[in-house]
Formats: sequence, C-alpha cells, structure tokens
Amino acid sequence: MRDVAVVGVGMTKFGEIWDKSLRDLYVEAALGAIENSGVDHIDSMIVGCMSGGLFVGQEHLGSMLADYLGIKNLPASRVESACASGGLAFRHALIEVASGMSDIVMASGVEKMNDISGDGATYALATAADQEYEVFHGATFPGLYALMAVAHIEKYGTTRDMLAAVAVKNHDNGALNPNAQYPFKITMDTVKSSVMIADPLRILDCSPITDGAAAVILTTVDIAKKLGKPYVKITGSGHATDTIALHSRDDMTTIASATVAADKAFKMAGKTIKDVDFAEVHDCFTIAEIMVMESLGLYAPGKAGEAVLKGETALDGKFPINTSGGLKSKGHPVGATGVAQIVEIYKQLTGQAENGRQLKSNPKVGLAQNMGGSGGSSLVHILEVA
Amino acid sequence: MYSARDWREYPRRYRLEAGKCKKCGKILFPARLICPKCGAREFETEMLPDTGKVLTFTVIRTAPSQFTDIAPYAIAIAELTNGVKLTAQLVDCDVNTVKVGMEVRIEFRRVQTDAYSGILSYGYKFVPKWY
Repeated sequence: MRDVAVVGVGMTKFGEIWDKSLRDLYVEAALGAIENSGVDHIDSMIVGCMSGGLFVGQEHLGSMLADYLGIKNLPASRVESACASGGLAFRHALIEVASGMSDIVMASGVEKMNDISGDGATYALATAADQEYEVFHGATFPGLYALMAVAHIEKYGTTRDMLAAVAVKNHDNGALNPNAQYPFKITMDTVKSSVMIADPLRILDCSPITDGAAAVILTTVDIAKKLGKPYVKITGSGHATDTIALHSRDDMTTIASATVAADKAFKMAGKTIKDVDFAEVHDCFTIAEIMVMESLGLYAPGKAGEAVLKGETALDGKFPINTSGGLKSKGHPVGATGVAQIVEIYKQLTGQAENGRQLKSNPKVGLAQNMGGSGGSSLVHILEVA
Repeated sequence: MYSARDWREYPRRYRLEAGKCKKCGKILFPARLICPKCGAREFETEMLPDTGKVLTFTVIRTAPSQFTDIAPYAIAIAELTNGVKLTAQLVDCDVNTVKVGMEVRIEFRRVQTDAYSGILSYGYKFVPKWY
C-alpha cells in the first residue's frame, strides 16, 4: 500500500443555510478543498450522504455533484453508513489512493437536513435504527441514546452534571469555530434546565439538525510533497459494524464497533491510544462522547464522565476532545460530519485552527471517530504530522 | 405502506414467534436465516415467554407523528425469562414510576396507524407484571 496524505480541506458554514441547496453546499466545500490543496484535478470523488432521498428527494449524488462541480465522466461514488457516511467516504478514498487505483481522490460529505419538517428529519434519521423492531415501537434516535444513558447511569453512576459538562465543553470550543452552527458558550444550568426530549437527555444534550458539507483531498505522500502545501499523513484506518438493534448487544453501555474500529486503526498505525494527542469523536448526544471515550480505551468504563467534569478533555486539558465544537456545537449534517472531523484534525496538526482554538501542545497525532446509528457502525482514523 | 409489510411481521408481532437454533440452541427474535452464534441454518419455531424485566428505559417526550397523541410514553428494553431482549413501549403505568429491574409482562396492543394507508399495526407492548 502507498502512504497517503490529506493535502487540503474545505467546508461550508454549518447551520440552517436557507439560501443554499444540497448541490451548492457541496460544491462550495469541494472547491474549497481543491483550491486549498493546490491540485489541478481530481481522479475520483467519494460522497458520504446518509439520505439525500429522504431529506431533499435526490439520489444519484455522485453524478449530480460531479456535474455541478463541473467535471464530466468522473468516477464519482456515494457511500452510506448513516451518520458515519462521511467517515466511510474518507476510508474509501484512502483505500483508492493507497491501492494505486487513483492518485488524487476527494473524500466529501454533505447533508441538507432543513428542507423538511422536524418530523420528517426525525423519520429520516430513525431509518438508521431497526425499522421493524425499534422504530415501529416509537423509539427515536434521542430515545435510543437515552436507553444507553440510563444503562450507563445505572451501571456506573454517571451523573447529570457529567452529561452537561460534555455539552458545555463542546460549546466552549465551538464558540471559537467560525463554521460552527452554534458558536456560543452555554452554562451547566442552561443544559440542565433545557427541554426534556427523551429522559435523561434534554435538547442541549442533543446535536442539532444541520445543513452543511465538507471535503478533503487525499493523495500520495510523494505527490503531497511536490504540491508544497501543508499535509498530514493518514496512518491508521479502522471500520467495524455492530448489531443494528441496540437490544441485540451484550453490553449497552459501550460502543463495541468503536472499540474494534479503533483497534484496527491502532494496529495499522503501530500505535496505541497513549500515542494520540487529541481527538474528534461522535458526540451526537452527550452520553455518546462519554461512551466513546471509554470505548476507545482512553478511560476505563465508567470513568470518562468524571474526566470531562475535571476538564481533562477541554482545549487546555491533557487530552482535548472535539476542539471543533463537536457535533453538539459545530452542528451535525450527518453525511458531512465524518469529513468535517478530518478537517479539524488537519487544521490542528498543521497549526491552522482559527480563533485561538489551535492547541498549544503542538499535537503530532490526532484521532477521528465517526459512528452510525446507535453504534451500528464506526470508523476510526489516525492522522499524523508529516 | 403496503399491507404486506405489516402482515409479513404477524408471526413476530402477533404470536411472538422466535427461532431456536437447532445446533446451538440460541433463541433469535426475530428469527433469522443464519445463526449469528454458530452459523447453523436450521431453526425451530418457539414462542417467546411473556414475562421479563426492564434492562433500561426512557420516556419519549418529543415523539414521531404517529405517536404524538400518546406522548410522553415509556420505551424499554426488557430481557425475557429465556434471555431474549427486545424493545417495546411500557404502558399502563405512570411513566415516572418506570425503573430498571421492574418486572414486566407482554400484552398484545395496537401500536400505530400508518398515516397514508390507514393500516392499523398491532404488536407487543410491555405492561407492569402486577397489572
């Protein structure tokens, strides 16, 4: 396999972007990444999108988006793994470049979630769960994570404050991200008094409904060197599934797909979690960030919540998590999220994070964890300074 | 929704039919074509027991459109006496009294109505065991 680098990134502002369509959002991010990288063409592109069909009635996204990007006859594919579609697009772009099939591939993700009602969005997102054995009974996505939260609270004594601390910390970081949907700070009291969605999860425990797109350019390390732009190396990639229904798992207090995907990525990179300096993780709900921290081996089961409360994962903590603001503050356009995580890792590793959120610790190794559904799929990538 | 999607589920939703692997004995609900534990492909139909206990639960307060008229409602994952775990609503009790470890029984109830076809979908719900 060839050594592969990320050599340029682009993303749109995340939020309720009423004046831009799915195709406009996508092209804006894609052109941003192409210009940022300095490449004069791409050989192929892979689009992560969870549900263009349900959100805007548009499938066949590879063709449409290549067309609107002004490129004819490009090998353009769309991949889907629910909220991990972006991470999956990144992995497939990596495989394509590493294998030698293509030299320059764009990994990208997009979701336009605000063109339908909240009820329609709830329905579309719920298709990531088991339609006949979870959703049929009235389970929603916040509901599934609430089931995990109650199990985690019951087993480990996780507290309301620990959950709230995740949201507060991510908003602290997102306040420094010009692309964040909600770039402002919130308080513990605001989280704890916000409206209840599915006990114990309140609205400020939940990531929002977001429009947005992100894109990154992958190429070989050799070509990256010649381009003369900042680049980072992709040294590990892991991907794993789990049962589609939460109730089918032996342990509902851990994300096994994240553990397995991380193990694979670490093995490929020849590293352990101790070698990693910071991470972007899939905080679709506050409990998810806590569970993923434990599933990655960063903290023992039941110990992550306390670490968040102590500030260990804050921007100036010993292991910063979600310096971008995470899904909570930056926003969660589901297909774009996994690629936007890579954008943040790239910026942090190349010293380009805006507005004072650049880590002062001179980080060398970053990890991105993106998951689909209630953990039915996970992708983990490890990136390192060149 | 076409009615086939509803009636195809009758064996599970109406009669609680599970598949028991003839090789390793694992009980699968719903039944499958291949056993995820041992890979065998032969099963015998077995009816689920109708009692179990709550492993975890939540109260859905922001509900999908077909459930807004009953919100807030409790959703639970219960482990039945044979070890099978399943998700369903927990009804006929104050949602604030639901607890992990609570003993429940399965009853046959109307679950939802499809807005377009008008099809009434029935299935299983949990109720408190003492009820």
